[in-house]
Amino acid sequence: MNKLILGRYFPGNSLLHRIDPRAKLLAGISFIFILFIANNWITYLVLWLFTFTMMKLSGVSIRIYIRGVRPLIWLILFTVSLQVLFTAGGEIYIDWGPVTISSFGLINGMYTFSRFTMIIFVSTVVTLTTKPIDLTDAMNYLLQPLKRLKLPVDEISLMLAIALRFIPIILDETQKVMDAQRARGTVFGEGSLPQQIKKIVPIFIPLFVSSLVRAEDMANAMEVRGYQSNNPRSSFRRLHWQKTDIAALIAMVLLAVILFILRTEGHHFH
Amino acid sequence: MQINLHQVTADYQAGPIRSPEILKSISTTVKSGSFTAVAGKTGSGKSSLLKLMNGLLVPVKGRVSIGEIMITSENAKQSVKEARQKVGMVFQFPESQLFAETVEKDIMFGPMNFGVPEAEAKQIALEVIKRVGLDASLLSKSPFSLSGGQKRYVAMAGILAMSPDILILDEPGAGLDPKGKKEVMDLLHAWHKERGLTTLLVTHDMDDVALYADEVIVMDGGRIVFQDNPERLFADMAAIHQWGLDLPQARKLQIRIEQEANVTLSQICLTLAQLADALIEAGLA
Repeated sequence: MNKLILGRYFPGNSLLHRIDPRAKLLAGISFIFILFIANNWITYLVLWLFTFTMMKLSGVSIRIYIRGVRPLIWLILFTVSLQVLFTAGGEIYIDWGPVTISSFGLINGMYTFSRFTMIIFVSTVVTLTTKPIDLTDAMNYLLQPLKRLKLPVDEISLMLAIALRFIPIILDETQKVMDAQRARGTVFGEGSLPQQIKKIVPIFIPLFVSSLVRAEDMANAMEVRGYQSNNPRSSFRRLHWQKTDIAALIAMVLLAVILFILRTEGHHFH
Repeated sequence: MQINLHQVTADYQAGPIRSPEILKSISTTVKSGSFTAVAGKTGSGKSSLLKLMNGLLVPVKGRVSIGEIMITSENAKQSVKEARQKVGMVFQFPESQLFAETVEKDIMFGPMNFGVPEAEAKQIALEVIKRVGLDASLLSKSPFSLSGGQKRYVAMAGILAMSPDILILDEPGAGLDPKGKKEVMDLLHAWHKERGLTTLLVTHDMDDVALYADEVIVMDGGRIVFQDNPERLFADMAAIHQWGLDLPQARKLQIRIEQEANVTLSQICLTLAQLADALIEAGLA
């Protein structure tokens, strides 16, 4: 449970920590799109180099990133195996009717694996180096244009901020409740599937109850401080756009350009 | 039931951050039938020490023996379940572990996890709820409909229902008013005496140490720095200060009187009754 690192913040003072959250968010999102430019091994190599550089720059040890991928490894392997088993073309190694393992399949599988892990790594870089509250501020800023469409942007970002704020608290609480039920003889991760599902009830109900209590406390605290949802608000934390932030975005554009130059024209594996 | 720790080193994991050696090569024995208080600053390793005794934390090095059961890093998987049956643990704010539809089912949860048949568990629930001073009619109610104090008693009943040989208490009176807290402590102390349990109590309240404990363990920086009776602990002012502890009310008053009247009383007084006796003896009252 507490192995989950996606969405956790690691305090630090690396270059990446200091970049404006808006720049990081934009860069992170653009990376997902840039990923789809890559279509041969050299472009994937460039992307991997970029990813590892970012991971190094964040000052957080690689082990922690790898731990972040672990909870999703089955999903990734499932997708990869679909790619491997159902892509035809190239040299065929094993042929069981509709299921074949071909060279194209293996290559495609590797690309899929790379894409998944790089998305996780890079988004983890963003969340590990950015305070959740800064991230929501950035989101709020970037979503401002949607206000014209009558979208309640400020409320949405407040909800996000509150939700993010409570993730670590609820995780810690989950740990406590699990410990308490373990002490009463529950052994998690043992028994048949229905038995295991039944064991979740003694964790979820206490968590649910305490979350409701917490939500009500929070609502009351906001109410007595005179919170009104539709009032114009100023912000205690100001975001400062600096030269390094522009440099960061330029780096992303450069990455995209390099990939465009290096990618194979014409033939795709899909 | 005796608890023995032999050169135990343990790590602590909170989220992705691992603090290595939160406990550093600890060796100690908690005597069977004793009521031992565990004191120390926040982060000194008190909770980790208690979790070791319940298998919630597994030693990296060394071994933990609970009676005949031995927990090491190698055999933890099998030994831990046996250990938990012997050790009942009342966490801080235990009411947050309640989950069942009825109070009865919640109390039965522990015993049934350890293989007690349903009919017997029902019988135990009835006995235990009366023992903690609640009305048996509450058994059919939802635990969430009860008051805060009642919830705490139900949660404690859920632990006592497992009839553990060792009881581990993590500030059982936290968040209660002084009267409620005293009632909880008295109840647990009485249970300890009746059943001849071995009890460990984590507390920041030195009056609890003075009133209930016959032995004190002081933790500082992941080590046990003191283990003896409370009188010895509260005699050593310099050490108390160094470990970030406080004194019981009576002892504070004693020191004040000794300074003002420029006398030294014959004994270290931990309770007001002892202080009164000592004052009479010294001819000051």
